[in-house]
Amino acid sequence: MTELLDIARQTILAPAGMEDQDLNRILDNTLGSAIDSADIYFQSQRHESWVMEDGIVKEGSYNIDQGVGVRAISGEKTGFAYSDEIMMPALMQASKAARAIARGGQQGQLQAWKAAGGHDLYMSTDPLEALSTEVKLQLLNDVDAEARRLDPRIKQVVVSLSGVHEVILVANSDGSLGADVRPLVRMNVSVIAEDKGRREQGSAGGGGRFAYDYFINEQRGLEFARKAVSQALLNLDAVEAPAGSMNVVLGPGWPGVLLHEAVGHGLEGDFNRKGSSAFSGRIGEKVASEHCTVVDDGTMSQRRGSLNIDDEGTPTQQTVLIENGILKGYMQDRLNAKLMGVPCTGNGRRESYSHLPMPRMTNTYMLAGELDPEEIIASVDNGLYAVNFSGGQVDITSGKFVFSASEAYLIENGKVTRPVKGATLIGNGPEVMTRVSMVGNDLQLDDGVGTCGKEGQSVPVGVGQPTMRIDGITVGGTGV
Amino acid sequence: MSEKIVADFPDQEELQNVVSYALQLATENGASTAEAGMSYGAGLNVTVRMAEVETLEYNRDRSLGISVYLGQQKGSASTSDWSEKAIQETVKAACAIARHSGEDPYAGLADADRMATKLPDLDLLHPWDLSAEQGIELARECEDAARSHDGISNSEGASVSTHTGISAYANTHGFFGCYSATRHSVSCSVIANDEAGMQRDYWYSVARDAKDLEPAVQVGNKAAQRTLKRLNARKLKTAQVPVMLNADVAGSLFRHLISAVSGSSLYRKSSFLLDHLGKKIFPEFIQIQERPHLKKGLGSAAYDNEGVATQDRDLVRDGILQSYVLGSYSARKLGMQTTGNAGGVHNLQIKPTGLDFDGLLAEMHQGLLVTELMGQGINIVTGDYSRGAAGYWVEDGKIQYPVEEITIAGNLKEMFQHIVHVANDVDLRGNIHTGSVLIENMTLAGD
Repeated sequence: MTELLDIARQTILAPAGMEDQDLNRILDNTLGSAIDSADIYFQSQRHESWVMEDGIVKEGSYNIDQGVGVRAISGEKTGFAYSDEIMMPALMQASKAARAIARGGQQGQLQAWKAAGGHDLYMSTDPLEALSTEVKLQLLNDVDAEARRLDPRIKQVVVSLSGVHEVILVANSDGSLGADVRPLVRMNVSVIAEDKGRREQGSAGGGGRFAYDYFINEQRGLEFARKAVSQALLNLDAVEAPAGSMNVVLGPGWPGVLLHEAVGHGLEGDFNRKGSSAFSGRIGEKVASEHCTVVDDGTMSQRRGSLNIDDEGTPTQQTVLIENGILKGYMQDRLNAKLMGVPCTGNGRRESYSHLPMPRMTNTYMLAGELDPEEIIASVDNGLYAVNFSGGQVDITSGKFVFSASEAYLIENGKVTRPVKGATLIGNGPEVMTRVSMVGNDLQLDDGVGTCGKEGQSVPVGVGQPTMRIDGITVGGTGV
Repeated sequence: MSEKIVADFPDQEELQNVVSYALQLATENGASTAEAGMSYGAGLNVTVRMAEVETLEYNRDRSLGISVYLGQQKGSASTSDWSEKAIQETVKAACAIARHSGEDPYAGLADADRMATKLPDLDLLHPWDLSAEQGIELARECEDAARSHDGISNSEGASVSTHTGISAYANTHGFFGCYSATRHSVSCSVIANDEAGMQRDYWYSVARDAKDLEPAVQVGNKAAQRTLKRLNARKLKTAQVPVMLNADVAGSLFRHLISAVSGSSLYRKSSFLLDHLGKKIFPEFIQIQERPHLKKGLGSAAYDNEGVATQDRDLVRDGILQSYVLGSYSARKLGMQTTGNAGGVHNLQIKPTGLDFDGLLAEMHQGLLVTELMGQGINIVTGDYSRGAAGYWVEDGKIQYPVEEITIAGNLKEMFQHIVHVANDVDLRGNIHTGSVLIENMTLAGD
């Protein structure tokens, strides 16, 4: 942690001629007008992306962004201002604007600095510099060639590679000073297959908090190409998806987007403090079948949704949300934890310095059960087996959620038979979870592709689950 | 709490100096052509919840992006820092990327003779001198109105926001364009309970000029009414039914159209409307126009993201697709001309077909009125469509009861062909102006 703090001081404060004592001045200035607490969030990030299309590297981009956000809290009120200039005058101005929130309230006290704890879950070196541009472009070439080589019906291939190197420093008026250096890389392959006038798409990808060589090692990049091609070719044979309520088996890994939508958002602390979630006030109640144990875990090594500390400087943790069907807890940032009188769970996240933190998921998944996945599929007479999804959405108040299958098959007489076209599944979160009747022993996390949006802010997240069976959920196909 | 938005707004001259400097640097670094865009914006956003201030946010953002071409090789870079040093680094980064990019015969600026020469005043700048206190007061009025309705039990709050921005675009053809614009909004979201649980809904008003906003009290009232109408919702049985998309969700249909006829989908052969130019994709009574120069329009622009002049044009006439939606790159790939749509369309108008909302309900007689769509189950390659929905069941041309937890599915190509009417209850709050749309038949999935 000290090492990360030193990197953050060097990257962010030193170029602005600032030192730790300047943080005191800003926070002092913010607290001056009867504010309970305040924090300053510095962020410096570099982002690059490369896109290969039609077999040529068509475009690359490089972006540098840095800035600082100042937040002042008075009871349930939050004042916020930010600047893309990291320099004292701009910071003092932002501080003045943020503290305008307070009329009365307590006078916060600035505490002496102490380094916040934190994990060591990923490398602190720059992933963008780990490979030369030539090697990155060769990787794109190889993946593109693999997709085209696999089948002559593949007509279009787009391969993209992107990486972020981000340094953050967060100082809170309670005296905690935290820093994190976060690498994040991502690769995506999307293809179009064409046969007898019919065109279909397939896509695959992955990533995490490591360097680009991850995609070269164990041929992972080539494997994405193979997955994308196989999905597109399968879709060429897809028949109408069924419509109506039916038994559905979800494959392991990325289908865990179900948990993210059906329970995850509804268990974020802000909605529960305000009483606007379908799960509000239900701690200790049964909200899922006894087969369901769901956790949010920001401490998994190198995962896309992991963080050494959250964006308020709190170390991340594994939080049990649902244990054997019983609702155990919510995900909290500092503000909502304080207002609800519970511990903060290290889920305070923000898209950038120009956004306010709020409770967000990290890696959300269901623990493995004991059943053989084959046994789960064989238990269904007629239903749907969905293994890949393109995303979802939830109304946390009514509990209604959707998620859209992009690769799915019919189950007929206990056997996986024909592929079907994409379809949206819809259900009510608390209700659907009570209908999880079988859970497999094959827990998998997703490949590192998830981005979660909430109130206009996007953050990288992970999901995961074992194979599971849901007894009755509405499938939105066209086949009646 | 008397802070005003403190922002030292840059003027046109300052923006021109920065982009000119960036273009000059690009040329010095070996670029044969280059283009640069920049924007600066500042604003205030307040939220009041349960009659108390919840957040007070001051926004101030700026960006500079540059694309350079070394012959047919392209590279791009951007930064939020406008210092000379940062601009130098950004230009160098873009040039370094271009050196690694492949030779793309279609890469380059839009043709010089397509640059906008007249920049009409689109009346987009109406700064709102709103103090934090005034914003809070207005948000409070809005939320109070919503919460005064019997049955409203909780609130997600009401927000008032104001934003003023200036942006500029220049390229080495010598084109320079710059305009300022404002955008203000009032919104509210409230919750009500029934035996099954809770429902929430919202309403918002957005305009270039604060004078054109719906009164805050009206926004609150509508939010409350919409929420209360959703109580005691039922599920429906799976069936084929007529579907009417309420005006505020119907725009999504035409966004899918734009996506399918946009250059990037077409040259990648990723569209269900490939090779449909000049073909009938809607019934003959459907007319769709692009009107980029509407005064105070939320999507108005005199030139597109490449400096190409925008102009009024027919996208669909008598049901026939008249034009694709192209920027210069995709146009070259397709052997066509840019349509001035780099960056998207500007104010799309779908012409009403002679019925009002109630008339459309009567025309449907029995079926589903959709007021909310969820999820992204749209496949632009095939046109396959499957989305979560909520709304009302309609019988005898009258709304009977709210429904939820259902999906509607079909294929966009067929849905377009089976539009029966477009009502005159046009929603003007976005870039696509359409009234409610009645579709003859879709698959509804429920129990």
